[in-house]
Amino acid sequence: MCLAIPALVKSLEGDLAEVEIGGIGRKISTVLTPEVKVGDYVLLHTGYAINVIDEEEAEETLKLFAEMALLEDELEWGTP
Amino acid sequence: MSHDLVEKGFLPAFDNPLLSKLDDSAIFEAKGRLAFTTDSYIVTPIFFPGGDIGKLAVCGTVNDLAMSGATPLYLSVSFIIEEGFPLSDLKRIVASIQQAAEESGVKVVTGDTKVVNRGSVDKLFINTAGVGVVPDEVDISGSNARVGDRIILSGPIGDHGIAVMSKREGLKFASPVKSDCAPLNKLVAEMLEASSKIHALRDPTRGGLASTLNEFAMQSQVGILIYEDMIPVRDEVRAACEMLGFDPLYVANEGRLVAVVAPDDAERVVESIQHNKYGAEAAIIGEVLQEHPGRVVMRTHLGTSRIVDMLVGELLPRIC
Amino acid sequence: MFEKKKMRFIDEFRDAELAKAVIGRIHRRSRRHVRLMEFCGGHTVAIMKHGLRQLLPETVEMLSGPGCPVCVTANQDLDKAIALARHPGVIITTFGDMLKIPGSRSSLQKVRADGADVRVVYSTIDALQIARENPEKAVVFIGIGFEATAPTVAASIINADEEWISNYYVLSMHKLCPPVIEALLSCGEVKLDGLICPGHVSAIIGSRPWEFAATDYGIACVVSGFEPLDILQSVAMLVDQLERGEPRVDIAYRRGVRPEGNLRAQELMNTVFEFSPATWRGIGTVPDSGLILRKEYERFDAELAFDIEPGQTLEHKGCLCGDILRGVKTPVDCKLFGTSCTPEHPVGPCMVSSEGSCASYYHYETA
Repeated sequence: MCLAIPALVKSLEGDLAEVEIGGIGRKISTVLTPEVKVGDYVLLHTGYAINVIDEEEAEETLKLFAEMALLEDELEWGTP
Repeated sequence: MSHDLVEKGFLPAFDNPLLSKLDDSAIFEAKGRLAFTTDSYIVTPIFFPGGDIGKLAVCGTVNDLAMSGATPLYLSVSFIIEEGFPLSDLKRIVASIQQAAEESGVKVVTGDTKVVNRGSVDKLFINTAGVGVVPDEVDISGSNARVGDRIILSGPIGDHGIAVMSKREGLKFASPVKSDCAPLNKLVAEMLEASSKIHALRDPTRGGLASTLNEFAMQSQVGILIYEDMIPVRDEVRAACEMLGFDPLYVANEGRLVAVVAPDDAERVVESIQHNKYGAEAAIIGEVLQEHPGRVVMRTHLGTSRIVDMLVGELLPRIC
Repeated sequence: MFEKKKMRFIDEFRDAELAKAVIGRIHRRSRRHVRLMEFCGGHTVAIMKHGLRQLLPETVEMLSGPGCPVCVTANQDLDKAIALARHPGVIITTFGDMLKIPGSRSSLQKVRADGADVRVVYSTIDALQIARENPEKAVVFIGIGFEATAPTVAASIINADEEWISNYYVLSMHKLCPPVIEALLSCGEVKLDGLICPGHVSAIIGSRPWEFAATDYGIACVVSGFEPLDILQSVAMLVDQLERGEPRVDIAYRRGVRPEGNLRAQELMNTVFEFSPATWRGIGTVPDSGLILRKEYERFDAELAFDIEPGQTLEHKGCLCGDILRGVKTPVDCKLFGTSCTPEHPVGPCMVSSEGSCASYYHYETA
């Protein structure tokens, strides 16, 4: 099951969190991610946070793509 | 009850000589080709951010007239009211109708009210019919699109559908998404003044932009190409669509239009409406091609192509 | 061009320039012809929506798998949900995906038109709220979905238990992914070289449950996210593995998936559910591939609480949905595709479900 969207945790109250996605807010359940903190991003699926997003890993992945882009440029144009 | 409703509720709101006569029919003169349209409104919830069923009922019919190039003149408004529907809500809706009629410059000249048993209708249904005059030189039709024409969209898509959905889903917005419900006849008048080469006009209501473009493609037997990056969508609408699994291309709009215009006039038409609050974000989003007649194709953000099909059935939120 | 506010962790992974780089790499590295299956319906939709197939070299062949939870629900189970909807005093709550799926004779949408109380919900949280607001009715939640969804349903049952909500029930049709992949691979019908593993299922179960595919069947596996860059990256990683002849399980979706998964979610799932055999459309019964409520929670089990008479199970004649789900046929192989089976009048679930292979082909593929 597939549709899960990254959402920013703005506040916590018991098992619930107020999250924001691109300017819209919603109350969701954090029962599956009890370790979540305000300021974390979570994967939101059917009203529940199913995982906390690892922001460092996200940055690493994007860096990897950027390096790939540089490499492809070099291959296309020749190493400067 | 009905007579009271008409006399005390509606007459004051729609004060005009034709209605005040309270005859069985409103009699008027009109010269030229007449445009005539009708629609029924059953939207739920009745009140939504940016409007209500009353405003929708006026704008929907005014816009249908405007899309054929007609100047809207007169409307009929009929109510089918569920027994027990709060009078205060009815008053609100009548006020909305009056405001929308005033903004568009149309007169409500005849109407009807019926009260039915609880459960026979869902709170309130409204039917409006409208008459307008089409200037002689105007020939606008979904079958007039020509190869080379440009596709113009008057503003961001998805506002109405998401505004209505937000009430149902309990979504809160940082800047609330309001329905774009609006009368577009004055906008169309400005466009017609700027160009005589507007070939087709339509408001993308149920089924969204995608369905309207498909209708044009099929009626005119041409291909249509649109560019994902050129299509305006509000951030909150995009976020709500991502969350619920909707594609903004299919979400309903009630205050937008799509125009198919000859290429040399396209920029001029966009410029002619940019000062108008309903056309401030107008943009050229695509063109008409000879290839793939009857089909709409979108060039994605990544530069690939995909077919944009017609909406089948209703838009449902999905989890997968 | 209008200004778009970036949606964090979505837009960065749709960047066209970065996508070009990954595509370039795939084209450079890919030599041998490989067949990759995207298991998950969400991946199928993403691939179609962004036209990703057009960007791949001819050496990479993409197949769609049985990862659409409504598509793989057998008619006999759909019929149970539809029969339950007809019970007086029952409110059916369901995800939107299920509404139009045809069973043997009808669908939830059709019985709703006949007067049944069927409500589309976004979450089990909404279903529970409906139960609280309608104490005199029985609220049944149709439990479809794989391991990303099952823990949320488990959480709702535990919630109902703690709150003494006595009118909430679940009709569990939940299914598990690794067992069905195993079944597909073991029957050897589909020739596969690599598997794009479902990212959100793996967020829950981790990457370890996929290891059998690499070690026992030599299949390259990459756990993938759902944005275009995620999928392209996963294809690049699969191609790398296959060119080197070193099949294993890699996580491309590192921001969303840990090797051990979400232990708390797994715990909740195991507390409420236990394994059972399940019938998958087109595949048959696969042992330990479904979830049923444990004895401790049986009072929430709709199967036990109601006398469900689904009637005789009928299959849709000529529908190749089963073969398509197994990856042995594509929608264009089906005689009904585009003729008697279209989105307006669908025959089988693959055409109705927004992420079914047939619907995706019909909606997105350039002729």
